[in-house]
Amino acid sequence: MTSPEQADRPRCFQDVILRLQSYWAATGCAILQPYDMEVGAGTFHPATTLRSLGTRPWAAAYVQPSRRPTDGRYGENPNRLQHYYQYQVIIKPSPPNLQELYLGSLKAIGLDPLVHDVRFVEDDWESPTLGAWGLGWEVWCDGMEVSQFTYFQQVGGHDCRPVSGELTYGLERLAMYVLGVEHVMDMPFNAPDAPIPLTYGDVFRQTEREYSRWNFEVADTEMLFQHFKDAEAECARILDAAAEDSAGRHIPMAHPAYDQAIKASHIFNLLDARGVISVTERQAYIGRVRALAKRCADLFVTTEAATGANAGDAA
Amino acid sequence: MDLLIELFSEEIPARMQPRAREDLKRLITDGLVDAGLTYASAGAFSTPRRLALAVEGLTAESKPVREERKGPRTDAPEKAIEGFLRSTGLTLDQLERRAEKKGEVFFAVIEKPGRKAADIVAEVLEATIRDFPWPKSMRWGSGSLRWVRPLHSIIAILSDEGGAQVVPLTVDGIAAGDTTRGHRFMAPDAFRVTGFDDYAAKLRRAKVMLDPAEREAAIRQEAANLAFARGWEIVSDEGLMTELAGLVEWPVPLMGVIEQRFLDLPPEVLQTSMKEHQKFLSARNPKTGRIEGYVTVANIETPDHGATILAGNQRVLAARLSDAAFFWENDLREARAGMQAWAEGLKAVTFHAKLGSQADRVERIAALAREIAPAVGADPDQAEQAAKVAKLDLRSAMVGEFPELQGTMGRYYAQAAGLPDAVADAARDHYSPLGPSDEVPSAPVSVAVALADKYNILGHFFAAKEKPTGSKDPFALRRAALGMIRLIVDNSVRLSLEYLVSKDIDGASFVYAMHNGAALMTGQPDGSTVITDFNSAMVLGNQFPDTFGRARSQMLEMFETGHDDFVKLVDDKPAGRFPTKREVLELLAADLLAFLHDRLKVHLRDQGIRHDVIDAVLAMLGSDDLTLVVRRATALNGMLGTGDGPNLLQGLKRAANILAQAEEKDGVEYSFGADPKFAETDEERALFAALDAAEPKIAAAMRAEDFPAAMSAIAALRAPIDAFFEAVQVNTDNQVVRRNRLNLLSRIREAGRLIADFGRIEG
Repeated sequence: MTSPEQADRPRCFQDVILRLQSYWAATGCAILQPYDMEVGAGTFHPATTLRSLGTRPWAAAYVQPSRRPTDGRYGENPNRLQHYYQYQVIIKPSPPNLQELYLGSLKAIGLDPLVHDVRFVEDDWESPTLGAWGLGWEVWCDGMEVSQFTYFQQVGGHDCRPVSGELTYGLERLAMYVLGVEHVMDMPFNAPDAPIPLTYGDVFRQTEREYSRWNFEVADTEMLFQHFKDAEAECARILDAAAEDSAGRHIPMAHPAYDQAIKASHIFNLLDARGVISVTERQAYIGRVRALAKRCADLFVTTEAATGANAGDAA
Repeated sequence: MDLLIELFSEEIPARMQPRAREDLKRLITDGLVDAGLTYASAGAFSTPRRLALAVEGLTAESKPVREERKGPRTDAPEKAIEGFLRSTGLTLDQLERRAEKKGEVFFAVIEKPGRKAADIVAEVLEATIRDFPWPKSMRWGSGSLRWVRPLHSIIAILSDEGGAQVVPLTVDGIAAGDTTRGHRFMAPDAFRVTGFDDYAAKLRRAKVMLDPAEREAAIRQEAANLAFARGWEIVSDEGLMTELAGLVEWPVPLMGVIEQRFLDLPPEVLQTSMKEHQKFLSARNPKTGRIEGYVTVANIETPDHGATILAGNQRVLAARLSDAAFFWENDLREARAGMQAWAEGLKAVTFHAKLGSQADRVERIAALAREIAPAVGADPDQAEQAAKVAKLDLRSAMVGEFPELQGTMGRYYAQAAGLPDAVADAARDHYSPLGPSDEVPSAPVSVAVALADKYNILGHFFAAKEKPTGSKDPFALRRAALGMIRLIVDNSVRLSLEYLVSKDIDGASFVYAMHNGAALMTGQPDGSTVITDFNSAMVLGNQFPDTFGRARSQMLEMFETGHDDFVKLVDDKPAGRFPTKREVLELLAADLLAFLHDRLKVHLRDQGIRHDVIDAVLAMLGSDDLTLVVRRATALNGMLGTGDGPNLLQGLKRAANILAQAEEKDGVEYSFGADPKFAETDEERALFAALDAAEPKIAAAMRAEDFPAAMSAIAALRAPIDAFFEAVQVNTDNQVVRRNRLNLLSRIREAGRLIADFGRIEG
């Protein structure tokens, strides 16, 4: 016999993701798709970074593949991956019942807060590369951190008014806990009784090995340094471009510029993994990415302010 | 009346709750009192989701207040009168005119009627909420209010026998009411309360223990019970205990057992990992001395009595301890292999931009420890070896994960490497003492390394112009100085610091030249001058010995001997000859000693030794031997505090004053030649005899460093000196007799000078 909680448990990794998608869709969030660039966390998606700026209401949820080259362990560590998935929810302004909504999502994936010990433990969030910070908690379930819960206070150096509420779930870790799996590579990816059952390892073991080697040993650092400079220069060039296009239309380009800032940030992470950035240089590189992110944020805010009146009319 | 306030929010960080309770109580009660109310008692409480305050015996309204303020004269300039009106908020016709001695003067009479408690509470509470001193606060949603986390509701009720009344108040859209909620999961529904007793009782029914002290006591008790049932004991950790009480509304301690495979981890590792990552209390088995279990404190009672929660925590713990075990095993392997890779690794760790790598520093400390060893009774080879391994654990994986385990791991790894216990203990203990309550190492090798470490920190940061200023002490140099003092004094170490500095074992003079503008001026054939700074000459000379090696050694030689072309740059311009190495070392010794003496004064003052007594001792030769200084000061302090001390001091001072005046007037120094044959009175002869007896005793006692004996020897002079001054007029007309008496007084002065500079003592 199984208890009600067990009966309602997700059976595989994708089940956890699908349930989160349906849950947040039901609360009214726009379900977006991952951003098509390499990022270190779901926060870098413009749907979070840029949309948390300005005054327009916003509600979105999405899965974001995230890359942290230094966390690569050749697929051998039970918990660490250089490529993993985050589930990201961003709502502006943060609703008064955001905590309840969040707890509802835990129930949706089979974590009943009447059986588990769910706690909000102080953890302030800061992203030096984005010039962003917020206050909130890491959410603990039975002593394990399952999510980050943040009220954004500043992004790209701008005060957030209104404030966005951001939720980030580390999907592999959360799913492993829900599914009772000890090693991430053993986690069922699709239903265990599917005609072709696949584990997380079937999908990602080889890629983890290959990327770990490339990240740590092979990536051409000379080229990466050059790419960093190129992305930085292109970002500045886009931001410096006249707001009017050749036909005289007013089209400032915050988003293309921001793509270059994201690119610079990821290249920096790769260089960091290759161990070619010293402690002192590290701060300088982070500062350079932050400077780019700030300018993109500035442009996004002025663009939104200029088009805001129209948006208001339409509404 | 009684007042109940509750500020209900999302989870308040545990570490902020104690301060927040105090602040809430202070701000509200101060505000109420300032507004003219009085109260009998007040108590503040907190849970993760609420801050509460109960005020009892509050007066129902404030007394009317009549305030009179005197203003300018009625014929004062208009500006002055306008200013007075502004400050009082009155108009000209509301002012009273009164005749005073100097003319007619305006008076403002302000009558404030009594106000109802509810109005005052509303005002004070709103101000408190808006200006609450959270260490960090935030906005949320579209609002502008700041609180530690989103604020959801406010209870503000005043109650008396007649019933309860909600204080009318709205802050940023949140209207005060009489409703709250219980435990987030176990009793989430809203309920109404009528006063504090009702509130606390209903909360308890709703699975919320309001009082943090009660929650802490409950955790303590239950954790102890759970441990006791297994024959274990909880490892005391007061900070963690308080934090745990701030993390739950309804504490449910659960006991877990650490898996067998992790029990070989050092207890410090288990405890640190469980505390840092999971906020577990550690449980020790007194029979084995090992940490074998833990207590986690849940915030909920579940149908399965915490089984699911415990299982989850156990899994997380296993993952964490697997990491720790992995670090430990890898580290042990490296330790057994001799830790050479760690030594290499220290070369890559910058200690400070101006002072090079940790590996450089280890070399310096090792040389120093060797030098200091004989003074502390340590074997020089062992001291040097200990210094070389003491920092290696900084490169271990375990210390990388848990920096607070530095030293602790160093000892384990040194043991694993097969090094002697004295060396391993020094690896652990050489950081001590860190705080004033921290224990001072006493094992000779540990003392040698600890002294070398701290001395090197002080000397090199001083040489690199990184002295602490005011409240800024980023490298904790004051702590290092106090550590040195305690190591020296508590272990009675005899060390001449001036001599130690003069030997320049760790190259402080070189660091000084690098960072104080040393440069070489070289005349060119065309008559111009090229200035090469010392810093770049050293760096280039090292990197490219063929090209710059000669310039480097030339400059080093000039630093040694002094040269007019070897100059000090101030704002990039030559400003005179750079001091020679020897002069630099003298400067550094003086600097360092002054700093240590300052710290020593603070240290001794805390032990009840007067600062002027310390000054009197520091003025003596040998003040760079801190053990000697402390012994002298202690003995002197003791003598001055009892018996003959105060009178003796008067006598010594009187002698010194009379001498100083006579010497000033006569332009000579009276120092010797007093002869008893010119003595005219018995008192003079008695003083001669007393000095004859005391002088050799004092000198011998001081030589033997028997300071108490020296004190009693000089104290024996009190009576003869007193009698002398009572009976004898020093400045007589007979010049021979006068000179003889002055020379006699100089013997008193000399006797005193053997012991201390009494002139610096007050009183």
